[in-house]
Amino acid sequence: MTLHSPDLGKLIFGRLTLEDIPYHEPILIFTFIGVAIAGIAVLGLVTYYRKWGYLWSEWFTSVDHKKIGIMYIVLALVMLLRGFADALMMRGQQAIAFGAHEGYLPAHHYDQVFTAHGTIMIFFVAMPFITGLINFVMPLQIGSRDVAFPFLNNFSFWMTVAGALLVMASLFIGVFARTGWLAYPPLSELPTSPDSGVDYWIWGLQIAGVGTTLSGINMIATIVKMRAPGMTMMKMPIFTWTALLANVLIVAAFPVLTATLALLTLDRYAGTHFFTTDLGGNYMMYINLIWVWGHPEVYILVLPAFGVYSEVTSTFSRKRLFGYASMVYATVVIAVLSYLVWLHHFFTMGSGASVNSFFGITTMIISIPTGAKIFNWMFTMYRGRIVYDVPMLWVVAFIVTFVIGGMTGVLLAVPPADFELHNSLFLIAHFHNVIIGGVLFGMFAGVNYWFPKAFGFRLDPFWGKVSFWFWVVGFYFAFMPLYWLGLMGVTRRLRHFDDPSLQIWFEIAAFGAVLILIGIAAMIVQFAVSIMRREQLRDTTGDPWHGRTLEWSTSSPPPPYNFAFTPQVHDIDTWWQMKQYNWRRPVQGFLPIHMPKNTGTGVYLAVLSLIFGFAMVWYMWLIAAISFVALLAVAIHHTFNYDRDYYIPADEVGRVETARAGA
Amino acid sequence: MSMKTLRGLLLLALLLALSGCHTVLMSPSGDVALQQRNLIITSFVLMLLIVVPVIIASLVFAWRYRASNEKAHYDPDWDHSTIVELMIWSAPLLIIIALGAITWVSTHKLDPYRPLDRIAAGKVVPADVKPLEVDVVALDWKWLFIYPEQNIAVVNEMAAPVDRPIHFNLTAATVMNSFFIPALAGQIYAMPGMQTTLQAVINKPGDYWGMSANYSGAGFSYMNFTFHGMSDGDFDKWVAQAKSHSDTLDHATYVALEAPSEKNPVHYYGSVTPGLYQTILNRCVEPGPSCMNMLRMPGPGGNGGEASASSDSHAAMLMAHPQ
Repeated sequence: MTLHSPDLGKLIFGRLTLEDIPYHEPILIFTFIGVAIAGIAVLGLVTYYRKWGYLWSEWFTSVDHKKIGIMYIVLALVMLLRGFADALMMRGQQAIAFGAHEGYLPAHHYDQVFTAHGTIMIFFVAMPFITGLINFVMPLQIGSRDVAFPFLNNFSFWMTVAGALLVMASLFIGVFARTGWLAYPPLSELPTSPDSGVDYWIWGLQIAGVGTTLSGINMIATIVKMRAPGMTMMKMPIFTWTALLANVLIVAAFPVLTATLALLTLDRYAGTHFFTTDLGGNYMMYINLIWVWGHPEVYILVLPAFGVYSEVTSTFSRKRLFGYASMVYATVVIAVLSYLVWLHHFFTMGSGASVNSFFGITTMIISIPTGAKIFNWMFTMYRGRIVYDVPMLWVVAFIVTFVIGGMTGVLLAVPPADFELHNSLFLIAHFHNVIIGGVLFGMFAGVNYWFPKAFGFRLDPFWGKVSFWFWVVGFYFAFMPLYWLGLMGVTRRLRHFDDPSLQIWFEIAAFGAVLILIGIAAMIVQFAVSIMRREQLRDTTGDPWHGRTLEWSTSSPPPPYNFAFTPQVHDIDTWWQMKQYNWRRPVQGFLPIHMPKNTGTGVYLAVLSLIFGFAMVWYMWLIAAISFVALLAVAIHHTFNYDRDYYIPADEVGRVETARAGA
Repeated sequence: MSMKTLRGLLLLALLLALSGCHTVLMSPSGDVALQQRNLIITSFVLMLLIVVPVIIASLVFAWRYRASNEKAHYDPDWDHSTIVELMIWSAPLLIIIALGAITWVSTHKLDPYRPLDRIAAGKVVPADVKPLEVDVVALDWKWLFIYPEQNIAVVNEMAAPVDRPIHFNLTAATVMNSFFIPALAGQIYAMPGMQTTLQAVINKPGDYWGMSANYSGAGFSYMNFTFHGMSDGDFDKWVAQAKSHSDTLDHATYVALEAPSEKNPVHYYGSVTPGLYQTILNRCVEPGPSCMNMLRMPGPGGNGGEASASSDSHAAMLMAHPQ
């Protein structure tokens, strides 16, 4: 057999051919050139400043929860740009594609764009954002030195990156799914979606899902086992509570997603019939399963955001959180109920009236604890002294916006109303209303709030406010017209319209998207300006906002070991109480601190997973087999790594702490 | 915050809602859609009872307790009040009890499977009127309407006489779609190998817009059709006109029609092979193992419940439906 034998070629390249490179699509070529130039510039700069070694040893291989948290948020922000570019393309298409005008995106491209937008925004923007914030903040809040399993944390992060890279690869090699972000069968089955699209979607999510599930386990173990002495469950900061419940939901829900995707994979790769129309398959099962994961997923996203709002409201109102216990119970109730509502995503699939009413009413019941939370934030502000720094502005915008989104959500929970509004732009407006107004606003509040803790200087407030106003006003311009269009009977995922009276509303929505674009640009400017002006914005106290919880008791940025002495907790607002009692930081008596060592294994495993996923997408069986074996080998090899920890000597701890005391 | 301003704002919101009257969902032409519209408005107003005060109070608190307002009372340790807690849990609870009750009743009343008992408010269905039967097949990417009584079929157009209940049976050829005529009634999925049901009635003559409301692939955007509400006389003329076409929708024509296509013009078939819809529903168009009538013959004793098939029924995998 020669090297040119077609069989060998197939074994190596699978079904990948030159034709799968979209060199005939100008939009993608320009995107590729843009990405390539930006990528080469970044790589070049890193090389020029000789930062590769620094990045590798201080960041990529780091098992420090703070650095991993920051890397998660960087990933989320980068992917936000990609997801938002998709959003702009859709808004552009829908604003012009009327009557004889077909717009500029053919169905082949447009359908990939809306699928990618949803997938990326949920899995690679919102998820890394909350995981990143939890990673950074939670161990500090509970007075811990790291998470329970530091290596697992690094591995989880890189798996999320690998998933994101696989989804991004579909831009330039082959296609992405054209099925909508949840890839309902039978459309996503092989006969109707034969190309690489759905496979990219499956393997991207599976690889990232490993990271998410493991990170969930890690965070639960951390919160349950590693709280500072004295911090009983009912003395945990509220953000930690929401992090705990979000991660419980992750651990309970993500395996359902994994299993569902695995069954779809078997259908597509092994010819089984779990979700096909024929031979005993039942796609309605898929739709149920995917929403058994999918509905808890939205609470996975929003609960930590609720936690952020609680922390920010209480801090900037200079007042204790109103109704701590009722906040905790409300969060628990929401978490439990989130498993009892999944059917409201498909009232129109033909279930009986009693089934539909049951799920409609359970959905409405969620609005009771959620409403209680809103009232609690209101009464936290009541009789406070509210300081309007950027994080607090996001809270006020959130309360108003989220209440509207919640109301339209309850409306959609009434089954006969849903028959009219299901799949319409009203639904699109609703969930953007709660995900942008609820989750994203919370993440922006959180970034502005905890940034000084992470880097030792505040974010520039002027550009923060510019970004805030463009985001909020842009949001209303972009999504209120969609409610209206929903009432006009316009459904989602359309790329062309006949009725010219709709056009003005799409144009307003596109204008709103441009305002949001300015908001995002202002956010990038905010980061740049803040870095340049970092000396003016410097915070040497470690507590720039007069915080209430333990993360503000340590220096900014915190030392690798977070706390020289594990704090003793007596109150929910421990740090506030410590300040009331004029607590002084110990300056002597330091002990050596036991720390986990960095390792590159997480990166290696993620790279191998990425190769494996790519090979599976393209049926490159040989490479898939090799990379899978390598994956197992590296994982097993890592278990023999006994060089995983070290001690920071007491005098070095002393030096760091003294340096801080002098600051 | 005076009650007067509050009332004013409520009225404003209501006015805004009412100004939406010209949208199709807010001014439908079928009794089912009308009841659904009323339900949307009732639920909306019920929720505004709590949502408007919450938004106003949040903004008022946010403004009043700003740090620069030294006059406002400051109580940094006030973090609990049983009365307030009781209120903030019971206010949403009361609204949800009301809305839950409305939901239970209306969901049963407006169940798309339930035969209509009225054609409009105060007008019961006359005893001698039988619903118009229409079998709907969602194809890639067009709609096929089969009228079994009239023995005609139409692509991308349908008509029905006003004030006569319509009984839709729906299925699809390859992937999931959602059948939706906003002016007539809420939507329901049309799914391959599965049958769903929709009961509706159109009350005003006119041309209404129908579509698929569930993404189904490349040609989805063009999966539109016109629904004509007609007087009895006009409907008879429409049927006669359709019947005058010589095309027959038989097995072979259906297989050709089933192939994916976009922007199909309206096409009439003057006659239809009997039982074609059942053949499509049971996936027996192509002979072979997918045909569910072959797979699921009722066992002895016929204990199959809804999921079992009999050769003449709506067969195969009817959605479990407890009525």
